[in-house]
Parts: sequence; C-alpha cells; structure tokens
Amino acid sequence: MNLKSLYKFAIIMVVPLFLFSLWWYVAVQIKNPVILPNVEDVIELLSNPTNNLISMGSLASNIIVSLVRVIVGYCLAALIAIPMGILMGYYSLVHNLLNNFIGLFRPIPPLAWVPLVLAWFGVSSLATLTGIEHGQWYIYLNNIKLSMIFIIFIGAFFPILTSSIYGVQSVNKTLLDSALVLGAKSSEVFGKILLPAAAPSIINGMRTGLGVAWMCLVAAEMLPGSLSGVGYLITHAYTIARTDIVIAGMISIGLVGALLDYLFRFIENKKFSWQHLAR
Amino acid sequence: MNKYVAVIKNIDKTFVTKKGQAIHALQNVSLKIKNNDFVCLVGPSGCGKSTLLRIIAGLEQASTGTVVFRGQPVTKPDKRLGMIFQEYSLLPWRTVADNVALGLEFAGKPISERREVSKKFLDLVGLTDFATSYPYELSGGMRQRVAIARALANDPDVLLMDEPFGALDAHTRILLQRELLRIWEGNRKTIVFVTHSVDEAVYLADRIIVMSKSPGRIRDIININMPRPRNRANPLYGQLSARILDMLEEEVAQLSTVAIVKGL
Repeated sequence: MNLKSLYKFAIIMVVPLFLFSLWWYVAVQIKNPVILPNVEDVIELLSNPTNNLISMGSLASNIIVSLVRVIVGYCLAALIAIPMGILMGYYSLVHNLLNNFIGLFRPIPPLAWVPLVLAWFGVSSLATLTGIEHGQWYIYLNNIKLSMIFIIFIGAFFPILTSSIYGVQSVNKTLLDSALVLGAKSSEVFGKILLPAAAPSIINGMRTGLGVAWMCLVAAEMLPGSLSGVGYLITHAYTIARTDIVIAGMISIGLVGALLDYLFRFIENKKFSWQHLAR
Repeated sequence: MNKYVAVIKNIDKTFVTKKGQAIHALQNVSLKIKNNDFVCLVGPSGCGKSTLLRIIAGLEQASTGTVVFRGQPVTKPDKRLGMIFQEYSLLPWRTVADNVALGLEFAGKPISERREVSKKFLDLVGLTDFATSYPYELSGGMRQRVAIARALANDPDVLLMDEPFGALDAHTRILLQRELLRIWEGNRKTIVFVTHSVDEAVYLADRIIVMSKSPGRIRDIININMPRPRNRANPLYGQLSARILDMLEEEVAQLSTVAIVKGL
C-alpha cells in the first residue's frame, strides 16, 4: 500500500521535475535573468511571500487583495446568475425571453468589455460607491475598483448561468411527478426536489465560474487605477524587467487557482457523490 | 359506501407533438374501478395505457371526459392516489428511510412518526437492513421495493403502478410479483397496474383491461377467477394468456397492415 502511494507520487512528480530541470539548465546556459531567471531566485521569492517586493507590498498581501476582488465580483455573479438560471431552466417563457439575448453576450471575451467598462466606471471604486473618503476603510475599499469587479463578474457569470439552466432542465421529471403524487406542494417540489437535484450541476458551474473569474483577474488588474494585486504585480514587474517576480506571480496565480478548484471539488465529492454513483 | 372508488368516463386525450402533429392517444375510455380491485391494463406499446394512468393520477389532464375519485373530479395529484413509476423515482441524495418517509414529510408529520412509519414499511418489503443505504447502492428490484414502501407509507386508497417491474430481469420480476400479491393480500388496496406483459397481468389481476392502439380504446375486459397464488402450469392460465396474446397480436397485425397500405 505504502509502496503503491509512493509509486503514484513518483508518477505525479515526473513531468514537473523534468520541466524544473530543463528550466534550471536553460537558465544557467543563457545567463540572462530578464529572459529566464534562475530557479533558485523564483523559489526564494515564493518561499518568502511576506517580503516586500519592489515597493509594492509582499506577494502574500497582493494575493489577498486579488482574492478579495475576485470574491466580490464572483459572489455578485453567483447571486444573479443562479436565481436567473433556475428561473430560465424552470419557466420556458423566461428561457425564451432571455436565452437568445444572453447568447449574444456569451461569446464576448471579458477583455473586450474593458473600453466600455472604463467609460462607464472610470476609476471609481467601492469607496466611491459607499461614500467613504478617509481612513483605513478608504484604502481597502478604494482598492476594489468597479471596473475590475465588472470584468470578473462577466467572466464568472456565464458559466454559472449556463450550468444552472442546464441543471434545472435536466432534472428527471419522474422525480418531480413522484413528489407531486406523494402530496408535495409546489414550494416543496421546488425546494426539496428541484434544487437538490440541480445542485451538482450548479456547483459545477460555480467551480468553472470561479476558475474563469480568477483568470480574468490579470486583465482586470491591468486597468488604470490599479495599484495592487498579483495581476498588477506581474505587469509592473515586467516594466522594470524583474522576470523572476513575473514568474513567481504566475506560479502564485496558478497555485491559488488550483487550490480554489480543489476546494470546490472537495465539496462536490463530499456533498454530491450521489451524482456520479446514481444509475 | 360506494362500490366504485374511481369512475373514468369518456376520456379522450389528444397530444400535440413538438413538430405540431396531433396524436390521438385515448378515445372514449370509460372504466369503473371497484374498491379492493386489482386491475391490470395491458396493450401494445403506445396504446396510451400509461397516459390513462397519469390522467387518473392527476398528473395529466384529459382533453375531454372526467375521472371521478370518491365523488370528486380529479384535477391535480392527490396523495390518496399513490403512484409507482417504472424507475428513477427515488431521490438519489436521500437514504432509503428518508425516501420512504417523503410523503409523511410533505404532510408535515414529526420526525419520530416518520421514522416509525418508514421502518414499518421497510420491514414489510424486506429491506429493514437497508434503511441507511442510498438508492444507488441497491439493485433495481430493491429500488422498486423501496418505491412500493414509499407509496404505501403514504396510505393511499388507490395504488397506480406504471410498469413497475418493466425494467427488471425475469427472475426478479416474478419475485416482486409474488411480493406485491403478499402485500396486497395484507392490505387490499385498490391497484391499477399497467403492464405490457400478458403473463404478469394474468398472474396478478382480478380484471384485465385489454387496450387497442391508435387511438387507445378499451377492447375487452376479462375477469379472472383463478384462486391465488396462481400456477403458471395451470391449463386455464395458459388458455387465458393465449387468448389475450391473440388479441394483442391482432392489434399489432392491423397496425402493420395499415402501415403497409399507407406505404410506411
């Protein structure tokens, strides 16, 4: 058993170790840290995430700023997309009313919204919205620009909406019928049958949506008015030729994204294992 | 008390398919169902027997005609009219016991009563040890037993069964037919049972309603007076089966003649 898990671990490590050696070898050969920094430098940066970098705060604090932005935009998207998706899945009238219209927006990449979003929101932030103009809270809230939230929102919105619609539409009609003949009221059919049956699909869409939201982050943090966040850290490090920080930032984005994905998978496996096992 | 628990009168049902084609599923179906009766509906596939059952259950509305249940017309599902489906009717995220107690939960019964009743009916169908299992952990036959327990836990007056054993293998099917009769003998619920298996109908029913196809009509009603448990080796059993099979064969033959004439 132990040997088996060791073997499995070794298999997982083969490709990363190979790439790391390749990186290490090439970096030593070309001796130009702007093109490819040494592995040690990047590891050094990653293993001290609280060190202050190029007067922009630490890697950790920038990740937290980014996370907060993503969570705000993402929660907003989920709050609107899930009820909307459920309504569209349940009522064919709502579906017919909205689906084609929404279908026009779906293929527009979040980045294409940037000019419009800037025209709409400029550099206004949550601080502008709440009217707070001083103090510690101002600093926090001013970091969360409306334009960024919107870009992240757009990224997360469509995957969540689509899978909410699909989740409700693909609920087995026999489940609904059998609840009705057992005397369920329509609110009970909705809450005890329809929602739980659609939940795995909705959660799956929320996972995809979070992934997309996190990917939109760099685009969002390249917008004017941005002064922090991993996305900004990367673009700023690039302008001063600190490729090691760029790569450290990229690896952090990858790690955090994978962690978020893992969290959702964990919930899916814990709560919704019936979905894969049901026949 | 009225002798008839449900009276089905002049039911007509026309569907419109997605392509806009009108399909005449049922034509002038009238039927009286007696208290404690075990009625089987047999007919070629597509004869509207499941549709008729769904109309009785209140899950679908007839185009014309009425179903009167205990003096009241049926317009929506009623928990006194229990229904068992062919498959996939158990909630996969709930344990067997919670599935059985579903109707009681909708009725707002307290948890202690739900537990007690669900245990009683799981005992009845022989699944006492599976109370905390999930439906996906059970075989097809066991799942149908749970579905039966769930319907009975709601204490309906009439049990509508829509090909409940249709998805099971032959052996399990015979076992469950025997089980169903044992349970029925204990509580004598009125049962309306849809099947396409003539053998199943002859084994179970007091009365067999033979339906014809396109549009679905009642072709014949056959009373079976053989004592239960019925022996499949009994010559009468064989004669009855053969007679009904002949009727169904005629139905199918007629249809294919029509198809040939129409050039289909």
